[in-house]
Amino acid sequence: MDTLQPAPRNPAITADVAVIGAGVIGLGIAHEARRSGRSVVVIDPAPASGATFAAAGMLAPVSELHYQEEGLLELMLASSQLWPGFAEGLQSAERGTGYRTTPTLAVGADAADRRAFADLRDVQLGLGLEIQALPVREAREREPLLSPQISCAFDIPGDHQVDPRRLAAAVLESLGRHSPADHSWVGGTGDPRLADGFLLNTAASCLLWEDGAVAGVALADGSRVLAGETVVANGLAAPALEGLPEGLALPLRPVYGDILRLRVPRHLQPLLTATVRGLVRGVPVYIVPRGDGTVVIGASQREDGPSSANAVSAGGVYQLLRDAQVLLPAVAELELLECTARARPGTPDNAPLLGRVRMPGDGGDVRGLIVATGFFRHGVLLTPAAASIAVGLMEGRHDERWTKFRPDRFPNPHHRAPATIKDHA
Amino acid sequence: MTPTSIQTQNDPLVIDGVEFGSRLIMGTGGAPSLDGLGAALLASGTELTTVAMRRYSPAETGSLFQLLLDNGIRVLPNTAGCFTAKDAVLTAELAREALETNWVKLEVIADEHTLLPDAVELVEATEQLVNRGFKVFAYTNDDPVLALRLENLGATAVMPLGAPIGTGLGILNPHNIELIVSRASVPVVLDAGIGTASDAALAMELGCDAVLLATAVTRAQNPVQMGEAFKHAVVAGRLAKQAGRIPRREHALASSAMEGRAEFL
Repeated sequence: MDTLQPAPRNPAITADVAVIGAGVIGLGIAHEARRSGRSVVVIDPAPASGATFAAAGMLAPVSELHYQEEGLLELMLASSQLWPGFAEGLQSAERGTGYRTTPTLAVGADAADRRAFADLRDVQLGLGLEIQALPVREAREREPLLSPQISCAFDIPGDHQVDPRRLAAAVLESLGRHSPADHSWVGGTGDPRLADGFLLNTAASCLLWEDGAVAGVALADGSRVLAGETVVANGLAAPALEGLPEGLALPLRPVYGDILRLRVPRHLQPLLTATVRGLVRGVPVYIVPRGDGTVVIGASQREDGPSSANAVSAGGVYQLLRDAQVLLPAVAELELLECTARARPGTPDNAPLLGRVRMPGDGGDVRGLIVATGFFRHGVLLTPAAASIAVGLMEGRHDERWTKFRPDRFPNPHHRAPATIKDHA
Repeated sequence: MTPTSIQTQNDPLVIDGVEFGSRLIMGTGGAPSLDGLGAALLASGTELTTVAMRRYSPAETGSLFQLLLDNGIRVLPNTAGCFTAKDAVLTAELAREALETNWVKLEVIADEHTLLPDAVELVEATEQLVNRGFKVFAYTNDDPVLALRLENLGATAVMPLGAPIGTGLGILNPHNIELIVSRASVPVVLDAGIGTASDAALAMELGCDAVLLATAVTRAQNPVQMGEAFKHAVVAGRLAKQAGRIPRREHALASSAMEGRAEFL
């Protein structure tokens, strides 16, 4: 841990909050922090280009419920309730956020898919969630392009959607911009943007420490941001950040996903009015209709080792199109606009790493540091909750319900051997 | 310690000179979370677990491989997703290089609808891999002729399916499985099609040396509890096989015989 020394040659800027990472989570926290009256600097060399760029943006606490993940449900429901207000706060943006209260239909392809949905429905109802079996005929009255062959349909009125790209753009639009080379703002006074918030298009390299607390972040271009609170929200890159508290394990792994964007020809519009979440012979697929006449079809889940993080899998694309067509044959008539792959930041228990972290040695929390990463499949849905929890922590409010997501809940594996399994070990 | 537990502990599964205390081999496909998978594997008591080389990168820290290593579970790489012998051989070589093991579970699948093995490619790949020094665990149809053929070509273990992968239909042709066991001199592992604990117990009662399953645990509503259920099922089936079952009879036979009782006339 370095002690921060005044370094006049290195330019420094001061803000209340430094947010490392301009994905939905970092931007959501930045937005909320500004609404609370704080000045914010967001640091990211490539804003909104990771999982945020790929995500479909389903706000689906009910249909995203998985067995053995009931612990996450409370957070998902809380975030879902925050969404209307959160979206409202961004309505002034040029293009809005694409927040829509379109319902969700869960649709199965064969008899086993129907049983799988029905079993899950029993658990969902037991947890007090709103889901209702819909006769196939009724489902097809609502969505006439659904295949006559589907085996079941369930109505989930509370699962909605947002467009993560527009959401990110809306927050970014409200931030001023600086190029790393432009140091005209050095010193901070007199620049009106500093009282508010702006984006710094550069990479963070190292947390800065002072008197045992995190005091800001050093950037790759040699400049520094000094902040009362530093938020680590740079997804899979978080563990590589230097100066994290000693012994803190952030067990993130990339879980790649392929996702498609397609345009619906005029004569087929609207292709769907509800988001369709399907199981096709046990494999999940979803089709999300956007307000602009496009649809999003996703998403595969791969833990292979692609040559680059954004490499699209041919098999992944094939599977998505194949399964989407089983539920909605008209998918074959669409224009394929985009195949995208990104890595989701996965954790061992599929739950986020969110909150303050313990100081090595003594039991207190590190001051000035909040971690918010590892949101895996749920980053967009959980954005308002993450923002509210993070700003709550800045204001000294602790909510016991969320301590189970503390980033330091995993033991630190010292002296980890490389993942090589030797014969007869 | 009861006499029965001593008996099961002294009955290790031996494959290629390596002893395993558990006769349950696990797969990993379909697991909801890494933590959940780890807990289910621990509950199952497995000491050998197969991983699809095409789906998981060993290079990734914090990956599935690390989880297995941390829990002392040996990795059996598999060639799931391969449709040709050539594909399978390349994938096996990749696994040998990355994981430093010459064990490989050989899967050569005919098509995506059935996921059944392609017998011709399977035979070809087995021969090639054996010649390259691999210890081949051959996933095969429940065909006694093919199983013996694979053994003759040098397979270290033969792994007939109970039913197609992921179906949970159980053991569709118990007679064939029994026939395969009776003619094999390498370990026979019932692989694929297991739906619930009784299916695994049946496999052991039919004389299989071990059972391999994934979906039945990973996609169960409570994978940890199901993992534990399979641990007991495999032990129960093994004990029952060794204990010797009674013959099936057409007519009832009272469990308390009448001999030696007072007769009241």
